[in-house]
Amino acid sequence: MSVDHSQNIIEVKNVSFSYGEKDVLKNITLNVHKGDYLGIVGPNGGGKTTLVKIMLGLLKPTSGKIFLFGQDIQKFSYWSKVGYIPQKAVNFDTNFPITVKEVVNMGRIGKRGLFHSLTDSDHAIVKKSLEQVDMWDLRNKIIGDLSGGQQQRVFIAKALAGQPEVIFLDEPTIGVDIKTQEEFYGLLKKLNQELHLTLILVSHDIDVITHETTEMACINQTLIYDSNPKDFIKNDGLKKLYGAQVRLILHNH
Amino acid sequence: MLEIFQYGFIVRGLEAGFIIAVIAPLIGIFLVLRRYSLIADTLAHVSLAGIAFGLILKLNPMITALVSTVISSISIEKLRSSKKVYGESALAIFLSGSLALAIVLISIAHGFRVDLFNYLFGSIVTVKQSDVYMIGVLGAIVIALLIAFYKELVYVTFDEESAKVSGIPTKFINTLLIILTALTVSLAIPVVGVLLISALIVIPVVAALQLKKSFKQTIIYSEIISIFSVISGIFVSFYLNLSTGGTIVLITLVIFFLTFLMKQKTD
Repeated sequence: MSVDHSQNIIEVKNVSFSYGEKDVLKNITLNVHKGDYLGIVGPNGGGKTTLVKIMLGLLKPTSGKIFLFGQDIQKFSYWSKVGYIPQKAVNFDTNFPITVKEVVNMGRIGKRGLFHSLTDSDHAIVKKSLEQVDMWDLRNKIIGDLSGGQQQRVFIAKALAGQPEVIFLDEPTIGVDIKTQEEFYGLLKKLNQELHLTLILVSHDIDVITHETTEMACINQTLIYDSNPKDFIKNDGLKKLYGAQVRLILHNH
Repeated sequence: MLEIFQYGFIVRGLEAGFIIAVIAPLIGIFLVLRRYSLIADTLAHVSLAGIAFGLILKLNPMITALVSTVISSISIEKLRSSKKVYGESALAIFLSGSLALAIVLISIAHGFRVDLFNYLFGSIVTVKQSDVYMIGVLGAIVIALLIAFYKELVYVTFDEESAKVSGIPTKFINTLLIILTALTVSLAIPVVGVLLISALIVIPVVAALQLKKSFKQTIIYSEIISIFSVISGIFVSFYLNLSTGGTIVLITLVIFFLTFLMKQKTD
């Protein structure tokens, strides 16, 4: 199956955002195409998370427009096409009394709607999602008892269970060791290449973004770079993003 | 037949107590996990002002308590979600404000001190047959709404942002939860009293949480703890001539300490 990469899934048009007097984002224009694996990178406090929250309708831009699947976000109603793994998913309350399967069931709730309980087909989809991330065997474990890497897989399964077309991940590997991170990014690559899911990965880790993603957007209040990660290094993008003193240390795998 | 069942008030107390014991942890689990435990206490103080109004105007104090807590619960949620006031500050304002109002009302109308004592600390003697019917009907409504919106409540409690992105009307769910809390608080007044309601809503859930089970199992364990505490509390307080509300809450606390110790051992 080939993917039509020219189709726009998300259009960000001249979006600005400010908290009171303080400008967080200025005049951002960005397109996400079907099948893209977009990395959004930038310094802490540069507005990455704010941009994602605006793209998800959690924050309203001060000016500018967002279109999701061709529809103005104000009127957008197909939220089941969108999966979201927030920063908080990584540092959630580990005492929360909930099993792996109960968490992944939540991925189906948006599809089902009010007053409808989950059906057999929902449970089949939950099972398949857990199998895709190799977590079905641990379905009855309390999520707080799992390792950080296993918890991440559960949140991926929860997003997959909603059968979305695009998944947003906000700093998904904070507090996870390098080996687990590599496994995790391997899983994301598989989802992008085999299931043709559009992924939007937010990270402060420029190394991860340049190695893993197919598109890249650098945000520090304004959109500094928006293209191919391979050209980013060639074009001295880092200097523009972080200032002149920074050097990129490449890890050759 | 046991001597205890010959007294009408005991039977009414057990009926009302059982219903309250069933509802309290169902609400409590969502409040505790959302760090909202104090809202129950705030609404209990609001209900005291409502009761004072009821006693002055010679209306059923449970109904005036119900109206005042529901109105306040909606106002607290509005104030909190406006983000102009911190969540805890909103609670502190309502807690102290309504207590002040209650005290002023009580000082205006002298002469209902005995009644008030019963409402403060709970006394099943005050449970009338009409109260049992009201607790039954409203209790059934609370349970029906909790079942109808169960999966949305769980999702919003676990991760409000993701719930919002997946299209769940989070504002509505938040308002629903706080109104149901207001209803539960008002209904529980005759059994455990204003000052101890939040204990019945919070402690059985915190005890069950120590067991580290799934969401559904945590609800079942907190139900068992709550029902056992209320029923045994009514019996013990009757035979030993103790305060009903106080006895019930002390029993929940003993169970909490037991589960807490069990957890320490397994950790």
